[in-house]
Amino acid sequence: MALPFFRKPEVVAPPEIEAASLRSDRFRLEREADWRRLEAIVAALERNRPRRIPDEDLLALPVLYRQAASSLAVARETSLDAGTLAYLESLVRRAWFQVYGPRTSLLGWLKCFLAGGWSGAVRAVWLELCIALAVMVAGTVAGWLLVARDSDWYYTLVPGQFLDSRRPGASREELAQTLAVQPDSDGLTLFAASLFSNNTAVAILAFALGFAFGVPTILLLIYNMAVLGAMLWLFAGAGLGWEFAAWLSVHGTTELLAILLAGAAGIHIGRAMVFPGERSVLAAASASGRRAAHVMAGVVLMLAMAGLLEGYARELVESPFARAAIGGAMLLVWAALFLLVRRRPESAEP
Amino acid sequence: MTAAALGRDARRRRQLVTPEGLALPLTVASRGARAGALLLDLAILFFGFLLLFIGLMLAGFGMMGEADLESQPALELVVVLLILTVFLARYGYFLWFELGPRGATPGKRLLGIRVAARPKEHGGGERLTAEAVLARNLMRDVEVFIPTIYLLSGQATAGVTGVATAIWLAVFVLFPFFNRDTLRAGDLVAGTWVVEAEHRKLPDAMSLGEDRSQTYRFGEAELSVYGEHELQVLEGVLRQDNPEAQRQVMEAICRKIGWQPGGGDERAFLETFYAALRAHLERDMRFGRRKKDKFDAE
Repeated sequence: MALPFFRKPEVVAPPEIEAASLRSDRFRLEREADWRRLEAIVAALERNRPRRIPDEDLLALPVLYRQAASSLAVARETSLDAGTLAYLESLVRRAWFQVYGPRTSLLGWLKCFLAGGWSGAVRAVWLELCIALAVMVAGTVAGWLLVARDSDWYYTLVPGQFLDSRRPGASREELAQTLAVQPDSDGLTLFAASLFSNNTAVAILAFALGFAFGVPTILLLIYNMAVLGAMLWLFAGAGLGWEFAAWLSVHGTTELLAILLAGAAGIHIGRAMVFPGERSVLAAASASGRRAAHVMAGVVLMLAMAGLLEGYARELVESPFARAAIGGAMLLVWAALFLLVRRRPESAEP
Repeated sequence: MTAAALGRDARRRRQLVTPEGLALPLTVASRGARAGALLLDLAILFFGFLLLFIGLMLAGFGMMGEADLESQPALELVVVLLILTVFLARYGYFLWFELGPRGATPGKRLLGIRVAARPKEHGGGERLTAEAVLARNLMRDVEVFIPTIYLLSGQATAGVTGVATAIWLAVFVLFPFFNRDTLRAGDLVAGTWVVEAEHRKLPDAMSLGEDRSQTYRFGEAELSVYGEHELQVLEGVLRQDNPEAQRQVMEAICRKIGWQPGGGDERAFLETFYAALRAHLERDMRFGRRKKDKFDAE
């Protein structure tokens, strides 16, 4: 005797079609079997078990969907059975989401993304990349000049956690000490800290603030680069400019590139909202938002990689040449990725 | 339902035009449902990480101290992977579920809503793409996570930055209240919205009972009294199958058409009246005459 939990509900035979006196009831009874078949297929798709569905059912899905849609259109005009109408609407809606839903799963999308989708999106925002680069260089120069004229600006610009011994008036030995490999540093803590740190937040903020017409993105880029410019001035003043640049570039090329891309993504959205062309502002915002998000997906990966480099690679090498070499190599890798990896174009039909 | 509740529901109704030219009605999700779904998802993520952590601790990783970490690079690798997982899972969880066939994370599924692409201006439906889902999740970081972490981390004093962050958080959290489609800022940027996704069952037709047209004979005059609205109310009463309600409706109908209500046969009477009224109204519908309710004069 089977437990009642696992028994499938018994299929009750529908009433005889001839016994129905109303035309709308006959209409429904003739098509009910097809609707139930469509419902079973859609339910199996929703449970994410496409392999359970037999081949002929999968091939019949678009046909059944169109039949149900036309039944709904006819039923709206000829039937007053509210229960059937509500059921048909719900069924056609669910079937629409299956037939016209996202074509690929997450893994399929990821493969396509890494094999050329990302670099294509980055190349598509080249104008914003140039704008963001110009803004960042301007910010660095501005930071340098501000601090060079009046070293009190250093304290205003640089946030507290970086101050420790790196301040105007520190001796060359103290500054050199901060650049050396720390013998008791914990790579893990550095990695974790850098991942969840300021720079990740800056990158994501730069993208998201693009929706406020891009102005906060530009300000954010200027501000963060000004901090960099101020610290550059400090180390250059003590004759350690090259060493500092090398120390920074181990993870800095990746991280600054990530911030550049995020800023470009934000400016892309902002520019589309300010100059929407023929579309409405909302439509322009959503179209540009999707392309910018394509770029941002890669930025998140770049930030994770920069975190790894900061936590581990930087503590492995001491000499500035080696550090600069690592930084330069990473830059070349990213440049090659963006410029050379292209989606294979579809071969034209003869 | 009260009139106010019906009004609120009607305000959330939208339309989607499929490529077949059919206008599908959609209902935009309510703000309470969206907030509840987000809280549920955050709770699931939190408990998931907690369980993972506890599992690893029980498996012995918690016994290690600082010194052990340096002596066993394999352990450190595991912890690095763990941290990376936490970092990426914020997006991965939402991406995986919203790109799946049901377009809804477990929190949204429990509340019966899902993510869909917003139709363009001319009403044509669109596909939901991975970039759209990614865009809306990145924006959620900025709307909710980053300001909350900033406020909780204590770096913000009661000064200007603290107040500014609080205002920022308030603006984004209350964003759905400022527009009719209950869109978040993330929905605005990504071109999506959240709609209700209920599953209805096919109910039995109320007109397919016994043929009692000889027992109760309704003429043209009696059937012209009521319109489509009353027909749907009658269908609802029949589906509920409450004897009290059936008695009251039968008496009301008999009063209106001038019959004497009998006793003990409410259901049979109502079913026959329903079938006859529906036949009458559908016949008129075929000729283009539609009567919305009893006050709708021809």
